[in-house]
Amino acid sequence: MIYLDNAATSWPKPPEVLRAMADFLERAGGNPGRSGHRLSVEAGRIVYGAREALADLFNAPDPLRIIFTPNGTTALNLALRGLLRPGDRVVCSGIEHNSVMRPLRALERQGVRLTVVPCAPDGTLDLSELSCAVVPGTRLIVLNHAGNVMGSILPVAGAAPVAHAAGALLLVDAAQTAGSLPIDVQADGIDLLAFTGHKGLLGPPGTGGLVIGEGVDVGELEPLVRGGTGSYSEHQEQPADLPDRYESGTPNGVGIAGLAAAVRFVMERGIEAIRQHEMALASALIDGLSDIPRVTVYGPRDTTERTAVVSFTVAGRRVSEIGLRLEDEFGVLCRVGLHCAPAAHRTIGTFPEGTVRLVPGVFTMMDDVRAALRAVRKIVES
Amino acid sequence: MFGVVLFYTTSAAIRAEKLLKGAGLAVKLIPTPRQFSSDCGIALRFDWTEAERARALLNEATVDTAGTHRMG
Repeated sequence: MIYLDNAATSWPKPPEVLRAMADFLERAGGNPGRSGHRLSVEAGRIVYGAREALADLFNAPDPLRIIFTPNGTTALNLALRGLLRPGDRVVCSGIEHNSVMRPLRALERQGVRLTVVPCAPDGTLDLSELSCAVVPGTRLIVLNHAGNVMGSILPVAGAAPVAHAAGALLLVDAAQTAGSLPIDVQADGIDLLAFTGHKGLLGPPGTGGLVIGEGVDVGELEPLVRGGTGSYSEHQEQPADLPDRYESGTPNGVGIAGLAAAVRFVMERGIEAIRQHEMALASALIDGLSDIPRVTVYGPRDTTERTAVVSFTVAGRRVSEIGLRLEDEFGVLCRVGLHCAPAAHRTIGTFPEGTVRLVPGVFTMMDDVRAALRAVRKIVES
Repeated sequence: MFGVVLFYTTSAAIRAEKLLKGAGLAVKLIPTPRQFSSDCGIALRFDWTEAERARALLNEATVDTAGTHRMG
């Protein structure tokens, strides 16, 4: 089996992740932050260790401003629905995932004013076009750090001064980049960073979070969920302290334990080394696919402007048929269709049919890529 | 004799434990003594002879605390 669906979720996970999760259940199975006994405290230490590891990875100054959520989507919902009020202006790119577009469209119905800045057909974004759309008084700019269909990287560091000059905050959706691209929330000027744990970070599903920068007034960021936090039990009002303000209910301790181990694995291997590995594979995929007749490959040609997400179509063939044959005849696992991102497919011209998406990961080998290319060629030629 | 530091969040308590343990202080996370707070959280117990050092370290690292008490 050749797994090339790492943009949906990375697989396999490092063995350290599985060990950390088993260890959490065996040795530290208490409810973190709820009780004073050793199992609860040990669970709390593990969860706090995960905050520290993520703060290191993203160069976030305060581990307590890292909020755990069940996934990247919840983190994005927390930021968008917590911050935007009727009358506020928000600007996003033309390749946002539905995890951003659906909350934004719902907010639009409540009176939030949304401007979508179109991207080029390769999925890249021109900073000057973004600047034109950001009028003074804009509340928020939301940018997908990299597209999940064509892999184009958006200029988030360049967008930060544009946002701040207009008095806006910058929210970055790092679902496709955390663990695969360097992210420095301070140097890049990112006010809110939403990440998922189970893709490039190599952690288990059910993990994700929001990094809240020092420039965000948390008084203006409403919690998405309210409830028990283990703190201020005498009060029926939600506490203001971080991370408790945004973390009600029992956290996914076992998942967060796995995520902590995964982040340490990623940092030991090094983001730069991971990026080099993934891009060598992606380049081979792009070159190999481009050599096959009737195949169109999407996204930037310049590999410095993209991630390892490689989408293609074959003239006259259904993507669903290619996906089915890749698995049934060659054991190649991928994802076909619209990838929850209709805006991205409209941008590159593949709506509503979608694309076949091949995404190598940390554990993919060059032989896997060669085998996948042979498989695509055989399908196209048959 | 012991002292006990109270916190607003468990995360802050664990951060403080890590900080003071790392500096070589003998500390222990315990259920918050009911006489100091009605909260259900955890507190950090330390040796009262090290009170000044504990306070200085927590201040320096800007750990948010909800007060320090002496325990018999």
